Amino acid sequence: MKIDLNLIITISNLSKIRLNQIDIEKYQKDFKEILEAFAILKEVNVRNVKSSFRPIEQKNVLREDITKKSLGQKAALKFTKHKEKGFFVGPKTVE
Amino acid sequence: MLKDFIKKVKSGEIKLHKHIKKVIDKCKLIDKEFSYFNLICEKEAIEQAKEIERKIKEGKPGKLSGLIISVKDNICVKDVESTAGSRILKGYKPLFDATVIEKLRKEDAIIIGKTSCDAFGFGSFNTNVGIGFSIPKHPFDKERVTGGSSGGSAGLTAIADFVHVAIAESTGGSIENPASFCGVIGFCPTYGRVSRFGLISYANSLDKIGLMTKKVEDIAPVLKVISGFDEKDGTSLKQEINLKSKISELRIGVIKESLEENIAPEVRKSFLKTIEKLRKKGFVCEEVSLPITFKYGVPTYYLISTSEASTNLSCLSGLRYGQEGDPVGKTFSEYFSEIRTKHFNDESKRRIMLGTFARMAGYRDAFYIRATKIRTKIIKEYKRLFEQYDVLISPTMPIIAPKISEVKKMSPLQNYMIDVLTVGPNLTGMPHATIPIESEKELPIGLMATTDHLNEGVLLQFLKIIEDLQ
Repeated sequence: MKIDLNLIITISNLSKIRLNQIDIEKYQKDFKEILEAFAILKEVNVRNVKSSFRPIEQKNVLREDITKKSLGQKAALKFTKHKEKGFFVGPKTVE
Repeated sequence: MLKDFIKKVKSGEIKLHKHIKKVIDKCKLIDKEFSYFNLICEKEAIEQAKEIERKIKEGKPGKLSGLIISVKDNICVKDVESTAGSRILKGYKPLFDATVIEKLRKEDAIIIGKTSCDAFGFGSFNTNVGIGFSIPKHPFDKERVTGGSSGGSAGLTAIADFVHVAIAESTGGSIENPASFCGVIGFCPTYGRVSRFGLISYANSLDKIGLMTKKVEDIAPVLKVISGFDEKDGTSLKQEINLKSKISELRIGVIKESLEENIAPEVRKSFLKTIEKLRKKGFVCEEVSLPITFKYGVPTYYLISTSEASTNLSCLSGLRYGQEGDPVGKTFSEYFSEIRTKHFNDESKRRIMLGTFARMAGYRDAFYIRATKIRTKIIKEYKRLFEQYDVLISPTMPIIAPKISEVKKMSPLQNYMIDVLTVGPNLTGMPHATIPIESEKELPIGLMATTDHLNEGVLLQFLKIIEDLQ
């Protein structure tokens, strides 16, 4: 598998992490080493094997759809400097 | 130790508020020398002590009256800065207690402080601390690491001369590893036994809250309090915990691959000596094999854990809580990237990106999904052995605590491979623990024991046997 610089840039963009040229090269080297070692998993026959998304089989825990008291607006906004009229002020979503 | 202490607090023989002040002074000195705390809760602990004294006078003491608890910094404590060891959460004071804290407070345990960890639990040596945090030092050799990621918990447990229990957390070995390096007991219950509500997630299908103590007898009273179903955690177990076990002839399986890996000679020697002691006491110890776990466990663990981490940490973006910048005039992508780039440390970035890659279109089936299927095979491999054995044992770590300078020279892959012995029980979510065994070196060596799901009682029975051998 080819771990080139473009792949690292794509991954960093998806991860919302900016990398400079030195970082890109550093992570490329790390990923190459890690993923070459992890490629050993290709040896395992996983045909007809189910995934384990949890270590113990559990039934879905569902509850009645009843409204409960939740965090108030004032408490929710406690930790941000960027608020206006009871709302969070965030970055723009459309140009 | 713990029971006597609580008895003395309840009888008034120990004046709690005076005791707490002394303990806080000691913790400050310990922290100055070893960097085990991200925060000491001085004011809150003294207030709690006074409140508990009042409850004792009224004849309403809790089960853990006055017990001093340290809390790994990835567990939320109401109104106390909880950062998971990362600068991106600096200043965040949760508006709620994690369920585990709520239960401890209800029984009058006192929260003494938040202990150091690798940022978000991303590390095996506690050297991957967040930007601006200090690396904790080994309690018996300051040039060495405590192990990670619950390094502060282990170091404090080892060095504290006061009765104390550490609340720690393991994803792939973060309780066992530092407890083994620092020479204390680390206990990790079945996945789902202790609610994860209020735990700052690393990997939700692997994270487990557990504890560290100096004595086996101190585990049960705390574990009873913190375990139990919690409707706030969708993976919380409903089965009652049973900590009593008196199996007359424990069947012990010795994992053969754990001695074939690159095990340091002193670790092998100590472990084999303990097996000899067990045999002399009449226990049957038979060699068993976990080939899939040992060959594929580390990549399986890292692909699943980083995949989950990459989504769990997407909520940290400079909005709502934690570190902020100025979002005005920027796009979402520009702003989130700016905050995350500035405040995540190197290893956090590496694991988020590795997990993002493993879940990317075109790679997801070959990496993440494949790993979840191999996890199934690993669980089955353990389950088959538990049809014949009650407990499986191995050394906890392949080496003794390395020097900080040695760890800094290791590549990320070399770092990951150090978890080879601990990823198995963590992937299977089975209860496991480490306990110190006789070491010819000045540095501790641990033995790790694993039992089948829900069998915490058997694990405690076995730990007591090992403790009595020393």
